[in-house]
Amino acid sequence: MAEQFKLITKHLDEPGFSPDIECYLQHGGYAALRKAVASPSRELADGKKLSPQEVLREDVKASGLRGRGGAGFSAGLKWSFVDRRSGKPIYLICNADESEPGTFKDRQILHRDPHQLIEGMILSCWANDVKLAYIYIRGEMPEGARLLNVALKEARSKGFLGKNILGTGYDLEIHVHRGAGAYICGEETGLIESLEGKRAYPRIKPPYFPAILGLYMCPTIVNNVETLCHVTHIVNMGAAEYAKLGTPNNTGTRIVSLSGDINRPGYYEIEVGKVTLGQLIHDSNFGGGLKPGRSLKAIIPGGSSSKVLKAGEVFKLNRKGPDGQMSKIDVPMLDLPYDFDSLQQAGTMSGSSAVIVLDDSRSMVKTLGNLSEFYAHESCGQCTPCREGALWLAKATHRLTHGEGRKEDTAYLAHIAQNIQGRTICAFGEAAAWPVLSFVKKFKDEFDAQGAADEAARAKGAQPTHRPSPVGTLNPH
Amino acid sequence: MSAPAIPAPAPAAPAPPPVETLTVKVNGKTLQVPKTHPDWQGRPQPTTMLQAARCGGVDIPHYCYHDKLPIAGNCRMCLVEFGTPMMDPATRKPILNEDGTPKIAKSVLPYEPGTPRGAISCATPISPGMEIYADSPATKQMRESVLESLLINHPLDCTICDQAGECKLQEYSVDHGQAGSHFVEAKVHKPKAVDLGPRIVLDDERCILCTRCIRFTKDIAGDDALGIVNRGSYNTISAFQTGKFDNNYTLNTVDLCPVGALTSKDFRFKMRVWFLKETKSLCTGCGTGCNITIGSREGTIHRFEPRDNDAVNGPWMCDTGRLNYKWIGRPDRLTEVRVNGQKVTWATAIKDIGSRLTRASSGSVALIASARQTTEELFLLKSLATRLGAVTDSVPREGEADHLLVNADRNPNTNGTRLTGIAFTEAGMQLPLIAAGIEAGTIRTLIVFGEDVTKHGIAPELLAKLEMLVVSDILPNATTALATHLLPGASHAEKRGTFISVKGRLQKLTKAIESPGDARAEWEFLHELVHDVTGRNGFTSIEGLFNLMARETPAFAGLEWANIGDKGVDVKI
Amino acid sequence: MSFSVPSSLEAELDELTTHYPVKRSASLMFLHALQEHFGYISKEAMEWTASKLELQPINVFELVTFYPMFRQEPLGKTHIKVCRTLSCALQGSAELREQFCKRLGLDSQAHTAQTTPDGKFTVEFVECLASCGTAPVVLVNESLYQMVSPAAADEILRKGNLK
Repeated sequence: MAEQFKLITKHLDEPGFSPDIECYLQHGGYAALRKAVASPSRELADGKKLSPQEVLREDVKASGLRGRGGAGFSAGLKWSFVDRRSGKPIYLICNADESEPGTFKDRQILHRDPHQLIEGMILSCWANDVKLAYIYIRGEMPEGARLLNVALKEARSKGFLGKNILGTGYDLEIHVHRGAGAYICGEETGLIESLEGKRAYPRIKPPYFPAILGLYMCPTIVNNVETLCHVTHIVNMGAAEYAKLGTPNNTGTRIVSLSGDINRPGYYEIEVGKVTLGQLIHDSNFGGGLKPGRSLKAIIPGGSSSKVLKAGEVFKLNRKGPDGQMSKIDVPMLDLPYDFDSLQQAGTMSGSSAVIVLDDSRSMVKTLGNLSEFYAHESCGQCTPCREGALWLAKATHRLTHGEGRKEDTAYLAHIAQNIQGRTICAFGEAAAWPVLSFVKKFKDEFDAQGAADEAARAKGAQPTHRPSPVGTLNPH
Repeated sequence: MSAPAIPAPAPAAPAPPPVETLTVKVNGKTLQVPKTHPDWQGRPQPTTMLQAARCGGVDIPHYCYHDKLPIAGNCRMCLVEFGTPMMDPATRKPILNEDGTPKIAKSVLPYEPGTPRGAISCATPISPGMEIYADSPATKQMRESVLESLLINHPLDCTICDQAGECKLQEYSVDHGQAGSHFVEAKVHKPKAVDLGPRIVLDDERCILCTRCIRFTKDIAGDDALGIVNRGSYNTISAFQTGKFDNNYTLNTVDLCPVGALTSKDFRFKMRVWFLKETKSLCTGCGTGCNITIGSREGTIHRFEPRDNDAVNGPWMCDTGRLNYKWIGRPDRLTEVRVNGQKVTWATAIKDIGSRLTRASSGSVALIASARQTTEELFLLKSLATRLGAVTDSVPREGEADHLLVNADRNPNTNGTRLTGIAFTEAGMQLPLIAAGIEAGTIRTLIVFGEDVTKHGIAPELLAKLEMLVVSDILPNATTALATHLLPGASHAEKRGTFISVKGRLQKLTKAIESPGDARAEWEFLHELVHDVTGRNGFTSIEGLFNLMARETPAFAGLEWANIGDKGVDVKI
Repeated sequence: MSFSVPSSLEAELDELTTHYPVKRSASLMFLHALQEHFGYISKEAMEWTASKLELQPINVFELVTFYPMFRQEPLGKTHIKVCRTLSCALQGSAELREQFCKRLGLDSQAHTAQTTPDGKFTVEFVECLASCGTAPVVLVNESLYQMVSPAAADEILRKGNLK
């Protein structure tokens, strides 16, 4: 039976474990920081000498750590892009704006073990010569912000933060910054704009790559809460040991958020790629299966933006055989290892590692309607395709769920979504389009049937059950 | 008439450093384009795909991009399909086709390799060997879909829209759009006829949220007054308080607005733009010399708009200057030639003035010209004054300067008065002497062009003492009321000539409309008068007059009318 | 009525401003604090924020209308935010909201926040509150209620009525 591997979540549910620094210290807290700042420089084979900070940067690269926020980009590589010669200060921002529907992993860390994040942040800042860092936390997590402020104060009083940290001469300040209800702040350049006191409009890239022109036009690192926590463990374990966790190119552990139609929704930490989607859903120590009498219909595997997987789908995955040769093998959906690469090969993504399970009682049309309303509400409206397209999609799905569907709406929805993806300033375009494209493709029959049924009912004189407007909350006029 | 002197060739200037270029392909055509282009502030920045395409004569459609504004990248209209040379990761050398040409990797969606991925050409720098497909099927499809998106919530009220005829939404729809729309939903409704400021009305439903107006007023006008409120599809351009968008540059946002969202209260619902004749001219509101386009129809001016000239005003002008046209059509314009109150013909008046001036004793004539007159007129007046031994001057006109275009010198041609010798040092210094001369009876004839001298130290009682008071002006005033000889002149929109800006830019006026009644361009009747008094001739055309002036005025050495161009030339001041 | 910020709050905000190398960054934190104090963000509060942070009022107005947590009118003493998004919807958040609205006599079809005439309650549908594993969730003022049953919903109303 597949097991959890608790690295980040090790103490979260332990009785008596509390968010205060004494508890964290009793559990070995801040040992990684002490270890890192005391570590020697490293001589390379070519005679080049790495400073202790460079050593940690190299170790994060060597650990294979990939961003846990959604894109799964190599954290070490992201750090290596930072412009260190500009003479400008380098900033680090912790993205604690957890808001991808289905995701609730960072919430656990922020509320129950804030020092784990703070230690990871201090290490990451130290490694990157950052003197000022921010935690951008969701506005809807006031308790989390309060706990973080307390924890930061504690860390300061213990000399882990502030001036001359642990006597090293290194200074760092971290501040908590609260968002105010905008999903788009999860996009790193939108988050930067928001932290600058502006509307969270993602920036165009080029030229505004955060590593070069980020916060206040200075080099900036934006990392997810969970990603930063892993840095602590990379220091504690050593990069090579850490890289043994998980599977090649998908190292370490991940916290999976499970929700929807399963018996045991919750968060589960796994070695990346060591547990399959099927195990996550059905094993008794994970999701514990579906409600009695229900069968699986679909899985949204990586947060609401990821493309839906349909029960019974089979994917062709690249696999290295025992002879070292690559070949394509058939993998049924439930046998997909839950990792970055397998889900990508299956045409979707592990995203923020949030799995939403849908059973056979669910209407895919209504489910998409719910998601499209979310994206219409959350589109920042900066660029044309998303500003116009996201609400268009919501209006169309709204019609389909309120008796005003048409037979051609399946193609209509695909047309609208197709013209958003790849055309926008940021990845929100994909986020809004992918659910639509995958739903109407994989559940075409259901959408076609809804349109046809509505047409037939209207032909018999049925009145639509139209509500005045979907997504009205931001239109005061 | 002697042949114009051919200016000696200037000593060879050091050759400019060679422009570094990159090779790219635009629509299949290989181009060498400069590595950098000036950005909105004029600083060299890596050349973008849009600029590279322009080098090849290809105009990529765009809404939010503007040469003189920070790049926003929000409209997505300028998305283009593109490709870059494939590199061998091992050797870092280009991979070649069988025919030796580099293999090109077209940009595709990383998650859907069969679908082209466009880049916004306004913000994407070119790289060596890049291929830009500005009219490929994929690029066209991207444009079509952006246009479709922009139109779904647009009211499509072109029939009553002031922008019709100069609307980029219309134009691009014709060039790049489809006839139909897939949209079957209810449109988003937004505020209409918002009173944004004293000169601006906003229709938020027409707005495409390109943010040109926001960027202009923040980054160019320095008045961070506009923003976007609400979110997503409900985004709405707004000011904090309606009616308060009132800086002196607000009307530029009307020019910048690619659609009919921002309209000018002065112009809206007055005239269809396609009926307007466009004439290149200059603003005469101050010494800056902003280049303008006069929009007129059948002798009536309907608007001034700024005309792009990087050497002077860029694409902007102030609201004061822009609205400074209504006086031209005033019903009380001077339209009759009068001698001692009697309406006469031009010939009679000029002959009478000429014969009187010829008899005048040296020193008994004074001449006050205006720095609102053209250089050519000032030159003719100076010739007259020289022949008569007349003291000359003009009237200074000072105001407050601003940070952008408005100059403290409110006269458009102070440098013209200086370079022609009407006012050598400080304008207005001779006025008290002239007043004293009239008082003493030594000055018995006064010639006044374009100024109400009663407001500048020469009281009506003094004017009443004169034997002859020749006045040319456009509108009636206390001085014209006392004229023995009244010569109705032409506004700058009614004649040709040049002005010289405070910075020494010599620029041309072009005639947009006819003068009312008997009013005439001053240089035309002045040349007759100068001929009668001095016997000189040979400048019956503005070209001839200018060229003669250029030969006789050191500051204009080597200049010829034909070489001035639409954007003027710098002269030494 | 003139707008005035208590000096203790102003001092707190002045301290917050020092957290940022650029004052403008403190905007959202200012608005949170002002909303907490006044219950909503008035035009005067926006102007005050702008002048404190050396901004134009439109810069602040842009934020108040972009970020849904900010309100331009007073809301009920008990502000009930029901998560609308998928995982909560699957566990009946629409029905939960309807229950709140019905009990309070509010329009359950309206999309905007609904406030009872006595100013006691505001019920609002909000997007994902990032607690999908304990759906359906409701944020009542600053407290998160998880796996909210119909009975638990009535308990929230009972507590609110005592305020």
